[in-house]
Amino acid sequence: MAGTDTRTATIAVLVENEAGVLARVIGLFSGRGYNIDSLTVAPVDAEGRLSRITIVTSGTEMVIEQIKAQLDRLVPVHKVSDLTLEGPHLVRELALIKVVGRGEHRVEALRLADAFRARVVDATTESFVFEMTGNAEKIDAFLALMRPLGLAEVSRTGAVAIARGTRQIAA
Amino acid sequence: MSAPSLSATPSGTDQGDAAMKPGAEVVLQALKDQGVEVIFGYPGGAVLPIYDALFQQNHIRHILVRHEQAAVHAAEGYARSTGKVGVVLVTSGPGATNAVTGLVDALMDSIPIVCLTGQVPTHLIGNDAFQEADTTGITRPATKHNYLVKRSEDLAAVLHDAFHIARSGRPGPVVIDLPKDILIKPAPYAPPPKPGAPHRSYRPVLDPDPAAIREAVRLLKGARQPIIYTGGGVINAGPEASALLTEFVRLTGMPCTNTLMGLGAFPASDPQFVGMLGMHGTYEANMCMWQCDVMLNIGARFDDRITGRLDKFSPNSKKIHADIDPSSINKNVKVEVPIVGDAARVLRALIAAWKEDATPFSRAQIEPWWRRIEEWRAIRCLAFTQDMTPGAIIKPQHAVKRLFEITRETGRDVIVSTEVGQHQMWAAQYIGFEKPNKWLTSGGLGTMGYGLPAAMGAQIANPDALCIDVAGEASILMNIQEMGTLAQYRLPVKVFILNNEYMGMVRQWQELLHGGRYSESYSDALPDFVKLADAFHAKGLRARSIEELDPVIREMIAHPGPVIADICVAKDENCFPMIPSGAAHNEMILGPDQEKNAARVTDEGKVLV
Repeated sequence: MAGTDTRTATIAVLVENEAGVLARVIGLFSGRGYNIDSLTVAPVDAEGRLSRITIVTSGTEMVIEQIKAQLDRLVPVHKVSDLTLEGPHLVRELALIKVVGRGEHRVEALRLADAFRARVVDATTESFVFEMTGNAEKIDAFLALMRPLGLAEVSRTGAVAIARGTRQIAA
Repeated sequence: MSAPSLSATPSGTDQGDAAMKPGAEVVLQALKDQGVEVIFGYPGGAVLPIYDALFQQNHIRHILVRHEQAAVHAAEGYARSTGKVGVVLVTSGPGATNAVTGLVDALMDSIPIVCLTGQVPTHLIGNDAFQEADTTGITRPATKHNYLVKRSEDLAAVLHDAFHIARSGRPGPVVIDLPKDILIKPAPYAPPPKPGAPHRSYRPVLDPDPAAIREAVRLLKGARQPIIYTGGGVINAGPEASALLTEFVRLTGMPCTNTLMGLGAFPASDPQFVGMLGMHGTYEANMCMWQCDVMLNIGARFDDRITGRLDKFSPNSKKIHADIDPSSINKNVKVEVPIVGDAARVLRALIAAWKEDATPFSRAQIEPWWRRIEEWRAIRCLAFTQDMTPGAIIKPQHAVKRLFEITRETGRDVIVSTEVGQHQMWAAQYIGFEKPNKWLTSGGLGTMGYGLPAAMGAQIANPDALCIDVAGEASILMNIQEMGTLAQYRLPVKVFILNNEYMGMVRQWQELLHGGRYSESYSDALPDFVKLADAFHAKGLRARSIEELDPVIREMIAHPGPVIADICVAKDENCFPMIPSGAAHNEMILGPDQEKNAARVTDEGKVLV
């Protein structure tokens, strides 16, 4: 039997940009009981024919292999690539973070945002909206710091990822 | 489901092109060009344009079923008995939802089906219109793929694509949802793409990796206790795959077992056949799986009804798994040699590699293994005692055995379908299949009500064959309305009911696992099946005791029209051998007749009797 050790996998899926394709992918995960830690999708080619889905999931090696095989079996799927397995890669997500407060808290929030290279994209006399990109850990760390300083609302994209170097995923 | 819906008005903008014709005619042209001869369907408001076009042509025959579920099962029977794609036509809303059980059945058993569903006109989609259902949403997990055609210019391409996807790779059901306005508006037509033209995103791997084939042969040549275990994938790969399997098994001298879906791929009468395996498989087949050192699986998927308890499944074997669907490999059971490919191509490669490989292989090295198999066989796990005194109660096993023997005597082409339950397992155990495509059963989904429409579909594809639905009195009532279809098209299907007045398999589990509390498993208030046959313009026959059995079977076969034979059998008979759900292969329960023989082989494992 396969081991019970679990790992996280960042999987890039190149799909036909057609109606229902996202529902197929999500239905596959819910129907078979797989985890979705995050999922992002957008068209990526000039004609808008192809979309790229980035899924962060976790499971045993056997489950992750199964997830990839099941994804690859979907008719509109061109390519499934396990970035975690295939080598060095970049993972980023974008977060918009609203912090509400006055006085010292407000100054401290701005100072920390600067240290984390979060940009101020909206401000009022009692709020900031910070824009931040990075990996999930960096964003988590920043959010933890903002919590006592008036963290009010968060919107995160979930991870997008790409291989380092010349390696490419093509249809 | 024939309530009319609002008729859509043609847009009127797409006129003037000579190549354009109404969508419904484009649909029928595509079906014709895909080689479709028969479709199974039921009309309704949203598909009226297709029915109107059907009325005005002579290429495609429409079989009017009595329920949309039966349309899909009939198409499955048609597909399974011919290797062609089965085609279904139903209306929107309830027409589509009624078809869902059949679609899932076809998905689980990898049967190629194209199901056309009507849909409300595009401008009404999402408005909760009359007979509207989110068909693509509902059938997404019930199909291999599905489409909603929203643009007339996509119509022809979608139809051709659907046939390609249904029949290639691992076959399966495909739904095309057709809004009524698309069926009315003019649409362009293009013939099917050239065979072999690559699909934009769907490209199943057919040819096996030669290195994996060589590794498989290396393992097999080193085996002392091998088993070849094959499933529905060999049937789906066409009759040639079954011929190649037979060649390979005989070349190697190894024992062969088939799954429920794989019966007929290897001749049942061959001495190297050890019978079906799994929950109600033979003692020898399951002991081979338990004790083998090398297992070659071709086109089977290590289903839970085959493996039993996974952590105790075939603990000492190296496993080779060839499947056309990469997701079937390493799904339930980790294997040493994965091979992705079409079963026929895999077998052809295995035969060539076996002959090329210089490693000697002598039958002597598996001779001790065969001696053990013979010991297991000597238990005669399917033996039963039938009292032949006139007036004696008919045992269901005996009824199936006699059905097999008498139909074989006729020399006719016999196709057997089943419903689901004890009778299904007895049919699998006691009927020997020599060829593929003669056995139609709902394996994966286990759909009661499958057998009668499946036999109907097979009879349409094989008008001269003797098509028999081995049924139970409970299952048959789930699609009994199809007796009307048999009458309308004069289809001489024989319904052979093993009537024990119980949902037998439910009763058996309740006896063995639920303290004999027979909760809701008694078939109360049954119809008189002889009168029921009469009401549906068929012949009704009944056998109450042993001396009536053979004459009823003979009369059933001799009658030129449809027949219901109500065989009153012992009510408390259980289906053995049985591996209880969640048990290992060596924890098989044998029948009362085998108890004493099995005591001698308890050293083989913990045989519970």
